[in-house]
Amino acid sequence: MRTLLLRSLFASPATIDGPAPADAALDEVGRVLEGRVRRLYGRSLAIREVDAGSCNGCELEIHALNNPVYDAERFGLRFVASPRHADVLLVTGPVTRNMSVALARTYAATPDPKWVVAVGDCACGCGVFEGSYAVVGAVDKVVPVDLSIRGCPPRPIDLLKGLVALLEKATQAPARKA
Amino acid sequence: MSHGRIARLLAQAHTVAPLKPWPRYEVGHVAFDEIGHALGEGERELFGLWAEPGRVHMALRAIGEAPSVVSTVVIDGGFPSIGRWHAPAIRLERTINDLYGYRPVGAADKRPWLDHGAWEIENPLGTRAACALRDPADYAFLPVHGEGLHQIPVGPVHAGIIEPAHFRFTANGEIVARLEERLGYVHKGIDALTTGAPLDRAARIVARVSGDSTVAASFAFARAVEAALGFEAPPRAAVVRGVMAELERLANHFGDIGAICNDAAFALIHAHCGMLRERVLAACDAVFAHRLMMDVIVPGGVAANITHDGARLIISALDEIAPAFADIVRCYEDTPSLQDRTCNTGYLAPDLAKRFAPGGHVGRASARDFDARRDFAYPPYAGLAFDVPLFTAGDVDARVRVRIGEVWASMKLVRDFLAALPEGPVLTPIPDANAPGEGIAITEAFRGDLLVWLRVTPDGRIARCHVRDASWLQWPLLEAVIENNIVADFPLCNKSFNCSYSGHDL
Repeated sequence: MRTLLLRSLFASPATIDGPAPADAALDEVGRVLEGRVRRLYGRSLAIREVDAGSCNGCELEIHALNNPVYDAERFGLRFVASPRHADVLLVTGPVTRNMSVALARTYAATPDPKWVVAVGDCACGCGVFEGSYAVVGAVDKVVPVDLSIRGCPPRPIDLLKGLVALLEKATQAPARKA
Repeated sequence: MSHGRIARLLAQAHTVAPLKPWPRYEVGHVAFDEIGHALGEGERELFGLWAEPGRVHMALRAIGEAPSVVSTVVIDGGFPSIGRWHAPAIRLERTINDLYGYRPVGAADKRPWLDHGAWEIENPLGTRAACALRDPADYAFLPVHGEGLHQIPVGPVHAGIIEPAHFRFTANGEIVARLEERLGYVHKGIDALTTGAPLDRAARIVARVSGDSTVAASFAFARAVEAALGFEAPPRAAVVRGVMAELERLANHFGDIGAICNDAAFALIHAHCGMLRERVLAACDAVFAHRLMMDVIVPGGVAANITHDGARLIISALDEIAPAFADIVRCYEDTPSLQDRTCNTGYLAPDLAKRFAPGGHVGRASARDFDARRDFAYPPYAGLAFDVPLFTAGDVDARVRVRIGEVWASMKLVRDFLAALPEGPVLTPIPDANAPGEGIAITEAFRGDLLVWLRVTPDGRIARCHVRDASWLQWPLLEAVIENNIVADFPLCNKSFNCSYSGHDL
């Protein structure tokens, strides 16, 4: 273990430079947040991940956000264990009928203000599972969606771009009205 | 040829020609039941149990012999229960009952399995009759009686970034007396979606049965289609598939070794393994234009080639990974506080592994010496010598050590494949199917053997496709290994298995 630690001391960082927020995502969340009650978060968002029917491909790439290469925590993006601690629900999968109650309850358990990010082609539009008796459909069929990040699965860097855009908009100080 | 009851019964049975490459036998209910009885006594291993309209099939194998499929016709909506004799069949039968409405006659457990009462139809592959919604919470968990017991319901939404399922723990203080799993939350109706689908659409659906095993599933699907239609992928395609399968194994083992250590509160190895996994995925992305290599393996070959530069890129990734992984292994071995958590935790007895025939590291950590690559020697593994690590300790540590051994073996395989990559095309056009065909194939995914059986119609569509992930035979054993462990060790045990929820729920 000492060798590993010692070598790390002299190695250059594994973490890649942070991406600029995705323009399209900025527009999308910008529109959504317009006119909503804004709160100063101090540049941090607590994220609860909900697999509502995914093949687990999206989960693998969401996991990668926490590895030293992408290191989402440096942006204030932190994954939390309960929806009650979350600002953002990161939802994957076509919502299966067997998961739709659990997803609706998870959303209800998340305190306001909250945002929902649909991750992956299935969450955004049902993907290859369209038309199945066992699937309700895209995430917005069950809970309101504020940001869609497409891909099958989206690359971690695209997830990061989308989430950084959400962070930019969500954490702007609220404009006070006179 | 082995002796015993099943061999005698099959010798008298009618062989059905269309299935390739394994023999398929049609038997009556009496013989089917007797085979189930003999299975329960350990005469064969059960590789799968599934249905199609009017028939129930099971795949069997005697150790050291070629596998076979035994089928029986459904009579009066029923077939003889195999689960009454052989426990690994129970959930598979409950699934057949949910999807088709075919009753396993004589089965003790009549509860639905994948059907949570939310589909609005019953028997989606059978009558498809409209039905009223049931309360999803209305499920009869097995009763537990005893002084001082309490229950901990967990899920379907868990605390980590993992797939959904419900775990009902009954504990006495910190000690788990029983775990009962309830799965099916991510059931997407894959069997129905593939039914009637053209081959290319079915291939894309099968590639999404379980994202972590997308290569292995596409590999098995392609081989089953090729068997059904009687053609082969070109030699170069077979080797490219092998490279992809081993890269997928490496990426998953790195991820899991790290995650297991993380569940034992040892984040250092997790961080380092995460970087190794990322290194593999970046190479996959550069060579195959997809980090998880989805949809690259197709019936007839592969949709992406490995260029000279691509091969060099993969080799240079392995050159970087090998010494770094050696450091990680040393760190694992030199840290007693970590082994204190993994040794003797989640013990799977070899006799239970023998009975359930779980594939992959779950079986190989408990003395079950099986690897589909070696034992079924499908291309490109035929004639290759490679290490299949085997342990008998049966605990979390043994499962970690199997994976460590497989990492070394896979790295060597990738190098060997790339050093002898045959020249030539990578895709054979799919021949016109002018007669119905039936094919079966097994590949070794990172978590164990993955079986695909399918029937192709004369116009080149899927009549019925069944994918059996290794998880089916591993999930029930997770209930067994957590018994008498502390509740806090469940994540460790669960991760050491790493069963697929989506691959099971279909």
